[in-house]
Amino acid sequence: MRDLPGLLPDLELIRKDFPILGRVLAEGHPLVYLDSANTSQKPQVVIDAMVDHLERHNANVARAVHQLGAESTEAFEAARDKVAAFLHAPSRDEVVFTKNASEALNLVANTMAWARDDLQVGPGDEVLITEMEHHSNIVPWQLLTERTGATLRWFGLTDDGRLDLSNLDELINERTKVVSLTWVSNMLGTINPVRAIADKAHAVGAVVVVDASQAVPQLPVDVVAAGADFLAFTGHKVTGPTGIGVLWGRRELLERLPPFLGGGEMIRTVTMARSTYADPPHRFEAGTPPIVEAVGLGAAVDYLAHLGMDQVRAHEEAITAYLLDGLATVKGAKVIGPTTVADRGGAVSFELAGVHSHDVAQLLDSRGIAVRAGHHCAKPAHHRFGVQASARASSYLYTTPEEIDALVDGLEFTRSYFGVS
Amino acid sequence: MSAVDAMYQEIILDHYKNPHHAGLREPFDAEVHHVNPTCGDEVTLRVRLAGAGSDAVVEDVSYDALGCSISQASTSVLADLLIGKTVTDALTVHEDFLTLMQGRGGVEPDEDVLEDGVAFAGVAKFPARVKCALLGWMAWKDATSQVVRDEEQ
Repeated sequence: MRDLPGLLPDLELIRKDFPILGRVLAEGHPLVYLDSANTSQKPQVVIDAMVDHLERHNANVARAVHQLGAESTEAFEAARDKVAAFLHAPSRDEVVFTKNASEALNLVANTMAWARDDLQVGPGDEVLITEMEHHSNIVPWQLLTERTGATLRWFGLTDDGRLDLSNLDELINERTKVVSLTWVSNMLGTINPVRAIADKAHAVGAVVVVDASQAVPQLPVDVVAAGADFLAFTGHKVTGPTGIGVLWGRRELLERLPPFLGGGEMIRTVTMARSTYADPPHRFEAGTPPIVEAVGLGAAVDYLAHLGMDQVRAHEEAITAYLLDGLATVKGAKVIGPTTVADRGGAVSFELAGVHSHDVAQLLDSRGIAVRAGHHCAKPAHHRFGVQASARASSYLYTTPEEIDALVDGLEFTRSYFGVS
Repeated sequence: MSAVDAMYQEIILDHYKNPHHAGLREPFDAEVHHVNPTCGDEVTLRVRLAGAGSDAVVEDVSYDALGCSISQASTSVLADLLIGKTVTDALTVHEDFLTLMQGRGGVEPDEDVLEDGVAFAGVAKFPARVKCALLGWMAWKDATSQVVRDEEQ
């Protein structure tokens, strides 16, 4: 295996942790998985933790007196401890389990409409987002502002794919109630200066929401140091299962927010006329939660912590630099977003002149190479760059330089297949 | 032939590179804009019918399409096939193409009916691409239904 400075040591061994990476696809091509910004692959330890829970400890949580119920509750709540530690959260009670990052963001957007103190968003208030957001950090705020009479505003982007901060002082003003932004763009790869923007927002009393769906997989995260008031991510991008997401929120804010969904487990007491509600985090976890998924997520963040997020980040930087260099050698390949690795994550979107991105993805797939094609749930960002669709290669801690070589070869093959000169 | 070669038939690549009847033209009776929400492919398509009722003929289909080779070529083939046909015959062709595309590769296409459209048989084996192949066809049916409905009112 080619050695690049920064690659994870024992990369061959790490790859053996992920059984799917050994798959051979149609026509004998080994899998080259470059779609990790879409969903990451799962190590055996996550799969085993989930299977073990189902085989030996399965019961509902927080309501069963029996031994299995106690074991299941302990495993579920232990996952909360693990996530809190992974995020450097001051308290485990600040970690709310949701079904994904979208639900986490919707939870904040909805409960801020229903809040009865100065957290309430109403007419005259402004909600500030950015043009590089995933749809899941656009639509909930559109719904909120449409329903409350507040105004939605956004940061534009520079030509090189960074936030345009030239009108920062105008955009963040005394009317700003919420600033919600992505830490790492799923399309452009850009890493945003979250702390600097959060400090500005806090100076005018705004609440800062961070979509960390692409950040938690790739960067060491300290929610307090980041300046976030709320932070959302999803389990399946951090080597965990689908069906579970996380909302971290500052305790003082979570305590002031009303419930999101009503149902079992989120109450203190219920009468026919009215109910009172549990404290956070359970106030926001109505119904039977994703128990085995939480157990899997706990195992996943343990796995990442064991590798070390500084090392994961260094690996990602090394592979991304190698990928950007490789794409630069392909005639007609144009990266949308930062073309250097500084302040950049591992998702690299690009166009290939003369070939539509679906066709790029299809031809790559015929050689076992999995990339994403389309708008990556970031239509406004594509529109900003005058692009209808792009192909996106996204690496992760198990990606090798040889897989990047396979991608570059595959793109040359694609060009010749479509007769692009 | 590999599965991907079976999808990217020469006929499809030819239509992609040199789409027939492309561009938006006057006169037209209905214009629709269809989008594939999963990938963002778009087509604006106009239909002009001559005559009315069961004798109506598809006089023109014109379009402006943004998308992959499959969606572009499929719209080009559609225009080739349907222009000049009666609406009744065109709907039969539409039905046959739909059956082919939704057949997961198990439908034997009738070349007498579908002509260049048979080249899309390989696409039916790729579920993610069936919507690409149907984008223009769904737009045509929508536009034609609007014209027929307007006439009936």
